[in-house]
Amino acid sequence: MVALRARKTNNEADQPSSPVLRFGADKPLKLDAGTLLSPFQIAYQTYGTLNDARSNAILVCHALTGDQHVANTNPVTGKPGWWEVLIGPGKIIDTDRFFVISSNVIGGCLGSTGPASTNPATAKPYGLDLPIITIRDMVRAQLMLVEHFGIEQLFSVLGGSMGGMQVLQWASSYPERVFSALPIATGARHSSQNIAFHEVGRQAVMADPDWHGGKYFEHGKRPEKGLAVARMAAHITYLSEAALHRKFGRNLQDREALTFGFDADFQIESYLRHQGMTFVDRFDANSYLYMTRAMDYFDLAADHGGRLADAFASTKTRFCLVSFTSDWLFPTEESRSVVHALNAAGASVSFVEIETDRGHDAFLLDEPELFAAIKGFIASAARARGLGA
Amino acid sequence: MSVNRAQRVDLEVVADLIPPQSRVLDVGSGDGLLLELLQATKKVDGRGLELSQRGVNECVARGLSVIQGDADKDLQFYPDKGFDFVVLSQTLQATRNPKLVLDELLRIGNRAIVSFPNFGHWRVRFSLLFNGRMPVTRDLPYSWYDTPNIHFCTIRDFVNLCDELGATVEKATALDANGQRIGFSMPWWFWNFFGQQAVFLLKR
Repeated sequence: MVALRARKTNNEADQPSSPVLRFGADKPLKLDAGTLLSPFQIAYQTYGTLNDARSNAILVCHALTGDQHVANTNPVTGKPGWWEVLIGPGKIIDTDRFFVISSNVIGGCLGSTGPASTNPATAKPYGLDLPIITIRDMVRAQLMLVEHFGIEQLFSVLGGSMGGMQVLQWASSYPERVFSALPIATGARHSSQNIAFHEVGRQAVMADPDWHGGKYFEHGKRPEKGLAVARMAAHITYLSEAALHRKFGRNLQDREALTFGFDADFQIESYLRHQGMTFVDRFDANSYLYMTRAMDYFDLAADHGGRLADAFASTKTRFCLVSFTSDWLFPTEESRSVVHALNAAGASVSFVEIETDRGHDAFLLDEPELFAAIKGFIASAARARGLGA
Repeated sequence: MSVNRAQRVDLEVVADLIPPQSRVLDVGSGDGLLLELLQATKKVDGRGLELSQRGVNECVARGLSVIQGDADKDLQFYPDKGFDFVVLSQTLQATRNPKLVLDELLRIGNRAIVSFPNFGHWRVRFSLLFNGRMPVTRDLPYSWYDTPNIHFCTIRDFVNLCDELGATVEKATALDANGQRIGFSMPWWFWNFFGQQAVFLLKR
């Protein structure tokens, strides 16, 4: 069973269910690590139709453990796309009007080149031989995908959390290519506390004997226990104390009394174990290391002499930032500092803080105020871009 | 938020001062009434700063570029002369440091437009003089203990502050209790007595 699962994820890494764009030796990906990645591939999904003027394209950037399956059934989990509440025909991001593109990030494990992909030089999975990937590397690869479609300027780029980091990077690196930007529940840098949580997750993976220094595929194993613990710890940070208490309290799991043992007595324990177990079915452990590292390294201000406003100098992009009151992973202050920088740069910016107790994960959920903000922002941007109603 | 007739007139007076296609920052944009009016009639490039999150969310849902922020704290983040006009509509009296806020408006905008309720209006004076009570009027409906308006001034006080900050009054309008403009030929004391609200166009 373990081997079967391993093969399944591994297959999605090399031969994904999604369309794939392959770049040969003539088109290497320049990495911040100082090396070139070549050959490499990008797996992507599109929804809707690109108009003749190629002006109605929206790029959706996924979060840490997300993927390109935004609005279609996920081939690995069989579940609906992770942003189907927002994106689809007649929805807030209406695929009858817009051409929506989403791709698996470089370093991911669902078809874009990542540590689970086969290294053509060795015919084995890259493992840790893959150079460290940064948010900027992911965006550079996305640009090559966007250029492949002949799109000069994206109507909008949106995403939450790590996806929001990509949105900010897009707006900073390629301002003329981004008409509007919607970074949600994110920040211009990863905080010390966030790096700390990621380090706990990575250490959990690497402490699993089945990790084998990253070469677990060659041993026919996967560090499932370590990755599950990493996910359990991370999952707590996506919720809030209030939401956890509301949902689970101190309720016991399928029992009348405490067992005076270390079984999952409490519902919250059982819930977290379940989250950990289902996660390892769909995600590659090394990819988790690379994704968390990419977020840790992200610091947009540092790339501009410590002045965040310089990352957006003379930008014409229209911004809308969204944060959630109970998000302690990317608290409102992180968004606010981006807003202040955008003000200093004279940018057009809206900023909405939404009151909810659902924590960081609120951006993935049915939050009426979030949808109202996105709808209003997209509608006014569409008018300004001449994209009619 | 209810907007009475007199306040609407105040917004129209402000809008009349702004030429088409200007870059405008509306400080204290409330539910976005002025920004919407300016975008519809003047095609301005409008931005807003609003303290209440509810107001901000409403504005953004209606497609306006508005951020949550505090005039006392967040104006410092805007660049010098980043806007043609910075509007502070019925908000000055609710700021913690009106002098600093006005100074910031003059720094950020080529011109500043400030409207405020006149505490020198005869009803206010009457209330204090004869009732010995803090005034509660239609336009100033709060009691002294729950009012957000902590820094009232009269038209004359405001003119003095402008002098102190080196700001030139390019235009001024006072509205009486019925929302009618008081003739420009009238002397300051008359405005200060009968003007319920005042709108100033300033430059520095």
